[in-house]
Amino acid sequence: MDVLVDGVAQALSLLFSGDQETWAITLLTLRVSLGATLIAALVGAPIGMAIALGSFPGRRLLLAAANTGMGLPPVVVGLVVTVLLWRSGPLGSLGLLYTPTAMVVAQAVIATPVVVALVAAAVQQVDREFLVQMQGLGATRLRALLALAAEARLPLLAAAMAAFGAVVSEVGAAQMVGGNIAGQTRVLTTAAVLATSRGEFGLAIAFGLVLLLLAFAVNVVVTLAGQR
Amino acid sequence: MVLAVVLAVAACGGPAAGPAAGPSGERTLILATTTSTQDSGLLDELLPAFTEATGWAVKPVAVGSGQAIEMGRRGEADVLLVHSPAAEEEYVAEGTAGRRLLVMHNDFVLLGPEDDPAGVRGLPVDEAMRRIAETQAVFVSRGDESGTHSRELSLWEEAGVTPGAPWYQETGQGMGATLRVAAEKGGYTLADRGTYLTQSAGLAVLVEGDPGLLNVYHVIEVTERAGERVQPEGAAAFADWITGQDAQQRIGEFGWETYGQPLFVPDAGKPDPTAG
Repeated sequence: MDVLVDGVAQALSLLFSGDQETWAITLLTLRVSLGATLIAALVGAPIGMAIALGSFPGRRLLLAAANTGMGLPPVVVGLVVTVLLWRSGPLGSLGLLYTPTAMVVAQAVIATPVVVALVAAAVQQVDREFLVQMQGLGATRLRALLALAAEARLPLLAAAMAAFGAVVSEVGAAQMVGGNIAGQTRVLTTAAVLATSRGEFGLAIAFGLVLLLLAFAVNVVVTLAGQR
Repeated sequence: MVLAVVLAVAACGGPAAGPAAGPSGERTLILATTTSTQDSGLLDELLPAFTEATGWAVKPVAVGSGQAIEMGRRGEADVLLVHSPAAEEEYVAEGTAGRRLLVMHNDFVLLGPEDDPAGVRGLPVDEAMRRIAETQAVFVSRGDESGTHSRELSLWEEAGVTPGAPWYQETGQGMGATLRVAAEKGGYTLADRGTYLTQSAGLAVLVEGDPGLLNVYHVIEVTERAGERVQPEGAAAFADWITGQDAQQRIGEFGWETYGQPLFVPDAGKPDPTAG
C-alpha cells in the first residue's frame, strides 16, 4: 500500500517540480499517440463511412475484420513493424527503427481498426434517409456527407478518443519498435515498465498517474470542443 | 497496409532521425545489451561519457543475451555487450563477428528464503542445486534465454539434474520480476549480484563465491559480414572505448556510492577466465 501512496507523492513532485525528463517523456507520449490517432482518423474514418454507407462486395467481411482488429495485440503489431523496419527488412534503408516515427506507425496500425469499426457503427446510427433528403434539398454529395458527419459528431469524437486511449496506454509496440531509449523513444508506459523492472515501484506508479492525467486532459479538451 | 502507413509517414518527413544521424546530427550506433546493464543503471553512467568522447550517439536496446546475440547475427545491431560465454563463443565461431573482448565481471548468487528449507546455505553450487532438486523445493527460473538463464541451465547440467515441474517454474521475465516471484513463492533462484544489490526482494544469499558462479561480460563487434548496414567504425569505437582506461575506471567505481561496493569489476586486458 505504501507504494501507492509513494507513487502519488512522486507523481505530484515530478510534475510540479518541473522534472525535465518527465515532461520530455510526457510530451513525446502525447506527440506519438496524437500523431498515430490523427493518421488513424484520416485513414480509418473514410473506410468506416464507406462501410456504413456503401454497398460493395466484402463490406460485411471488412466490418468483421475491423471489429476483430480492435483486439489486435500491440505486441504482434510491434513485431511485424519491427521486422519490416529491420536493417535487413524491406524498409531497412529508411533507418526508422528505434525512432518516434516508427512508434507513430505502429500505433497508427493499432488505432486504425478502432476508428474504422466505431465510425462505421456511428454512421450506421444516423437515419439512412438522411443522405437522400440532403441531396433532395440540393446539397452536393460532399456537403451531404459533411452534414452527416456533423450529425454523428459525438460518436465520431468518441471513436477518436477510443483510438487515442488504445494507443496511449499500450506498451508492447512502443517497447519493441521504440526500444525505450532514454531521451529519444521513452514514453510513459515504457518508462513505467523500466521503473518496475528496476524495483522502483513508486516511480512506476507515478508514471502511470501522469499517463492518466494526460489522457484525462486530452479527453477534457476534446469533450469541451465537441459539446460546444 | 502497414507498409503503406510506414511509407506515408516516412514521406511526410516526420520527427525521424536518419540511420546514422542522432538528435544533434552525430552518428548513431545500436548497442544490443542485456537487461542487467540497463536495470543496474550502468548504461546511464557509461553512454553519455562514450558519446562525449567519440561523437557516437548510442541507441541501447536492452534485451536478454540470447536476443542480443541474435540481433548481432542478423546485423541488426553494431556492437554487443553480453554475458553468455557459451553462446558468444558459438556466435563468434560462425565467423561474422569481429573482435570479442573481456570487459568486466561480477558474480551470480544463489538466492532463497532466509529459513532455507532445502538446507543449501554455504554448499558448493553443484551440491546446492542437487539438494534443491532432491527436496523438490520451488526454484524460479528466468526461462528467457538470457545470460543468467543459460548459466542456470549449465549449473543444472553440471549438477547432473534435469529440472522439471512442479517444483521448477519459469517466469519468462527479467531478473527483477523473477526475484519478486521467487520471494512471493518462497523459492530459490539464481541472480546476478548487481540486480540482487539493487532489489533484494527479501531473499537471502545462500551460495556465493563458487568458481562456477563467475559472471563475465564481453563486448563483441558486429561486422558487415552480418549485414550491409552494420557500422564497423562505430563497433570499433565502442569496443576500444569500453575497454579503455576511462570506461574501466567508471565501471570500477559504479555502485560504490549507493551500495558501498562495486556492482562490476573491470577486467579489460586481463586473461579471459572463460577462454579454453
